[in-house]
Amino acid sequence: MKGLLKYIEKIKPNFEKGGKHEKWGPIFESFETFLFVPGHTAPKKGAHIRDAMDTKRLMSIVVIALIPALLFGMWNVGYQHFMSIGKEMCFIKTFGYGFLKVLPIIIVSYVAGLGTEFIFVHIKQKEIEEGFLVSGMLIPLIIPVDTPLWMVAVATIFAVIIGKEVFGGTGMNIVNPALLARAFLFFAYPSKMSGDKVWIAGLSEGQNVVDGFSGATPLGQAVENGSKIVDGLGHQLSTFDYFMGWIPGSIGETSTLMILLGAILLLYTGVASWKIMLSAFTGGAIMGIILNIFATDTNLAMSIPFYDHLLLGGFAFGMVFMATDPVTAAQTEKGKWIYGFLAGFIAILVRVLNPAYPEGVMMAILLMNVMAPLIDHYVVRGNVKRRLKRIKVANN
Amino acid sequence: MSKNSKLLTGPINLNNPITVQVLGICSALAVTVKLEPAIVMSISVTAVLALANVIVSLLRNTIPSRIRIIVQLVIVAALVILVDQILKAYLYDVSKQLSVFVGLIITNCIIMGRLEAFALGNKPYESFLDGIGNGAGYAMILIIISAVRELLGAGTLTLPGLGELRIIPQSFYDFGYQNNGLMILPPMALIVVGIIIWVQRLKTRELIEEA
Repeated sequence: MKGLLKYIEKIKPNFEKGGKHEKWGPIFESFETFLFVPGHTAPKKGAHIRDAMDTKRLMSIVVIALIPALLFGMWNVGYQHFMSIGKEMCFIKTFGYGFLKVLPIIIVSYVAGLGTEFIFVHIKQKEIEEGFLVSGMLIPLIIPVDTPLWMVAVATIFAVIIGKEVFGGTGMNIVNPALLARAFLFFAYPSKMSGDKVWIAGLSEGQNVVDGFSGATPLGQAVENGSKIVDGLGHQLSTFDYFMGWIPGSIGETSTLMILLGAILLLYTGVASWKIMLSAFTGGAIMGIILNIFATDTNLAMSIPFYDHLLLGGFAFGMVFMATDPVTAAQTEKGKWIYGFLAGFIAILVRVLNPAYPEGVMMAILLMNVMAPLIDHYVVRGNVKRRLKRIKVANN
Repeated sequence: MSKNSKLLTGPINLNNPITVQVLGICSALAVTVKLEPAIVMSISVTAVLALANVIVSLLRNTIPSRIRIIVQLVIVAALVILVDQILKAYLYDVSKQLSVFVGLIITNCIIMGRLEAFALGNKPYESFLDGIGNGAGYAMILIIISAVRELLGAGTLTLPGLGELRIIPQSFYDFGYQNNGLMILPPMALIVVGIIIWVQRLKTRELIEEA
């Protein structure tokens, strides 16, 4: 490491203002800050307080919080695969299979996304921002394991350019880039993003699959079977299974337990807003209860108990990691309650009442991302109005 | 550059009806799924625009200004019905694909915009050139959008007279390539328009407003 640092110090003058490769300066700096903590400190004179909590630290914490879900997702990929071909495998082999399936997706997502970011850094001649560190990890976790890699690359590039760079880069985006990537995949290549085959590795090729094995996700079954939800081999699944997460689904979204671990870290460090999380789960539960009360025979998904709704599909993952994105969520404190509540509420509404979309979390969060500035606007206006009234009362 | 040729070339880049004046977006989204309807639509709009410009310009001193909008509408509507009948007679398939959007040329903002802004104050020949120029600017954008959408969304290009040409070879599909379903949906047309505006502003600095 010392040698590397020395080398960087040696070639640094070339990239500074007036140097030989001045044009490549921003890219050089990106690599430098990626490898080492920047050396500059606050000036000695005067009072300066610098918090250690910068964007990079913030992003790293989110990535760490995602690791439990990621590791479990890798294991679950292997577990579901071996179940589909009817084999019992030891833990190492199960995990190894999933690891080899998921790793390429992560690599493609990071290479495509960071590559695009670097091109924009070069065009705009500004420092790189760390926003993609999280998006690059989120994208693999919210897609089915059998998504072709080139689709992941196309979606990532689309999301980085249209979702982020055209608005001015990290911190200026209106919608969550990772969710935009998923929405792009969902509408552009629906056959690879929904149905019964895509959620389990190797199932779409159909080799060695056990007779009668079904790869449908619990939510996919709910529309037809109500709460009679089974795993691939036909065993009834319980709330405990949903909580632990050994069910088919997108790579990182299945295990509520692992997401809970991540959520605890996010809340403990204060990176994500507990108001959004709490209100989102409240909103989802309330919608679930309403649907339970009015459950009919025509739409059996309505009869799924509300607590199962909070565990199934991408609800927990979306509300913990995506809805709380500090850039795209509502900024005002009162706004966060409204934003989170509506996100959860709409997610369950879309999921149950629209048969075209077995999962509504993506739509709900994207919709609320777009609505967030409006919510903030009215919260601020309301505050102004209240205070104006107070002034008038005082003047009288 | 002479004044008249500026009337023709101005709307293609610096004063483009779609990307700069931001008029007529509706039809740009609706008819651009395939190339052929987009081409036919562009020709129809250009014809209506040029003729309406000439007629309004000829009548410009006799139209009472208080009822000028209704007079313009009558002229445009008459021309649009004419175009609609011609399409139905000679290009029935395309006319069916365009469906209601031929009729909606009446409400196309580009036409009312040019009549109000140009034809009411200029001589017939200049108005004619202005109509052709704006029609060409509209056509250019429509053709770019529809070519991108059809190529990526269906892998084909449909040209009038030649029919549907397969551009993306079958071997691509064998390797796992898939058509992009998002391209068929209207939002993508809006995004493509946005990207065209972006590229145009990168190339022509004088379009960028001072912040």
